Amino acid sequence: MKISMRKPVIPVGPVHPLQEEMEYFQLTIDGEIVTDIDVNIAYNHRGIEEISETLQFDQVPFLVSRICGICSASHPLAYVQAVEEIANITPPERALYVRTIINELERIHSHILWAGLAGHFIGYETVFMWAWKYREPVLDLLEEITGNRNNYGNVKIGGCREDIKPDIIPKLLKELDLLEKKMDMLTKAVLDDPILHARLKGVGILTKEDAIKYAVAGPTARASGVPIDVRRDDPYAMYGALDWNVITQEEGDVFAKTVVRLLETLEAIKIIRQALKKMPDGPVMTEVKDIPPGEGCGHVEAPRGETFHYVRSDGGNRPVRHKARAPSYVNVPSFKASCIGEEVSDAMITLAAVDPCYSCTERMAVLDSQTNALICGFEELLRLSREKTERIRKGI
Amino acid sequence: MSWKLWSLKKSPWVFHVNTGACNNCDIEVVNCLTPKFDVERFGIKLVGTPRHADALLVTGVVTRQAAPRLIRAYQQTPKPCVVFAIGACACNLGIFRKGYHVVGPVDKILREVDPNAIIAYVPGCPPKPEAMISGVIKALGAI
Amino acid sequence: MNDQELRDEIEKMSNKLIAIEQPLRNRYFLSCESQNAHDVCRFLFEDVRARFVIATAIDSDDCYEILYHFAYDELGTIIHIKAHIRDRENPSIESIAPFLPGAEWIEREIHDVMGIVFVNHPRLERLILADDWPDGVYPLRKEAKR
Repeated sequence: MKISMRKPVIPVGPVHPLQEEMEYFQLTIDGEIVTDIDVNIAYNHRGIEEISETLQFDQVPFLVSRICGICSASHPLAYVQAVEEIANITPPERALYVRTIINELERIHSHILWAGLAGHFIGYETVFMWAWKYREPVLDLLEEITGNRNNYGNVKIGGCREDIKPDIIPKLLKELDLLEKKMDMLTKAVLDDPILHARLKGVGILTKEDAIKYAVAGPTARASGVPIDVRRDDPYAMYGALDWNVITQEEGDVFAKTVVRLLETLEAIKIIRQALKKMPDGPVMTEVKDIPPGEGCGHVEAPRGETFHYVRSDGGNRPVRHKARAPSYVNVPSFKASCIGEEVSDAMITLAAVDPCYSCTERMAVLDSQTNALICGFEELLRLSREKTERIRKGI
Repeated sequence: MSWKLWSLKKSPWVFHVNTGACNNCDIEVVNCLTPKFDVERFGIKLVGTPRHADALLVTGVVTRQAAPRLIRAYQQTPKPCVVFAIGACACNLGIFRKGYHVVGPVDKILREVDPNAIIAYVPGCPPKPEAMISGVIKALGAI
Repeated sequence: MNDQELRDEIEKMSNKLIAIEQPLRNRYFLSCESQNAHDVCRFLFEDVRARFVIATAIDSDDCYEILYHFAYDELGTIIHIKAHIRDRENPSIESIAPFLPGAEWIEREIHDVMGIVFVNHPRLERLILADDWPDGVYPLRKEAKR
């Protein structure tokens, strides 16, 4: 009798309790080893590019800040830079400093958010709770500067909507000092923890060749030894005038990605301090006339990597075509290179390590019953991941 | 008050459904659970499946692909249940109103399957965690 | 590589290109016909070692345009390749995904929203539209917007 041997499939998603968004991964496994992965996205597609073509140039920043809630400073900035390239507008210097500061604050809170979630996935609930507690003061600062905890809507064509008022600056510096101490402690705690070394090193490796082939961006690329950073390569805002370092690691595993993100938080604090010191007085808006016909692009280093916006104008008051690319769009397909060959209990943290953001990618996942599929949900994977941490902890 | 309603109002367990949101409301929902706001001290708990939940927290515009999954999650929730439409998108689509892939808002989709669904609205883009907590308290007080 | 060497590299391709525009020091616009786009992209990726960023599809007046955006990070340069697809009835272009897996998703997306067929694509299936989206309706085409 012939027995059909169908490979077991683990569906993850689309509605599951711990990732915030709908997405659907299908892991094909052989024993404990992942042999194939398929990502199904379509759930979060809202058609932003099409809506953008129905809005006026100065309305679009408020739309694109809602592409993704965590990159809500980077997307509008990239769009605005594209329009400024078409119309040849130079914003005042103070506005450029304000943009730099808002973007770095965003990077800090996004990286801390990721560190917390990563801790959650491997069973370090304390890291989750502490990291998210450290993140709150940053959101309060952003609220004080721009009026909203997220979706700042602060960037406009030709400058910024809100200035950083002088009376906020002492508070900002004080909070940065406090944050630096906490982040320093968190970084050291992570880098010195033998369990984390054992748990995360050598897991989910994305090699340099794969990183180039999949064209990944941001910390995912920098952790694989691809030293790209838009802030240094094509300086925008005031990054060219400030002194800071691009953090790179060679290993490409989850640990390297953690290190890159944690050290970048400290770099971001350094950037904000310098920017506050160097910021000149003056207006934050310049007058904007019509947008001439033409095409332009802007790219910005968001917390997850490069956001790229391409805008074409025909001289009217709306963009004819507006293309937005979020970093997760290239980072997520690299799962194919990093996840295959890993153990199932490592899949979760490998998937989480690129800090995937599906609203950015404009997708969601579908839940279809798979014939002969081994049903094992996200919680099961989470349990496997935590049990492995526990085993390692006992072994040490 | 029937014991079903009493048990709904006493320490409501919530399940979070994202139907095409920008992640902002979702992060703020998670923020409610972390030390600064810590809603678990009121007995509000995020659970892993709609079958354990008293309330659904729905964020996002409801895209065409997500609508059937939202209905399925709603049908799996034991009744009576409260649906919270969190954020401007879930309440009335906000800036995404003209999108070709958007079929929402949440109340329109849910009223099609259950005309008597209890829906509470928490507007804001995104609503602050304080607003969400206050929305939950007000809605439960009104039942 | 400095700016002049990059320009020389790009000019090696000039027999396959219609035009080379350089509006700014670090922005290039290269126009080509659809049948040459594959070779130009391959040259940029494998020989110049530029990084693929994304592709954009545009429904222009008389043709479909596919814009491949490449970045040369050492110089902070963005190179846009405009491929013109003249056949509006059955638009198709050769896929670059076989040598550049990072382009797989965007080609599937363009196929979804603009209806352009990528020849030799490893897996040209629906990516970002809903399962019940009707076949043959392409939301970013001009006729869909009217």
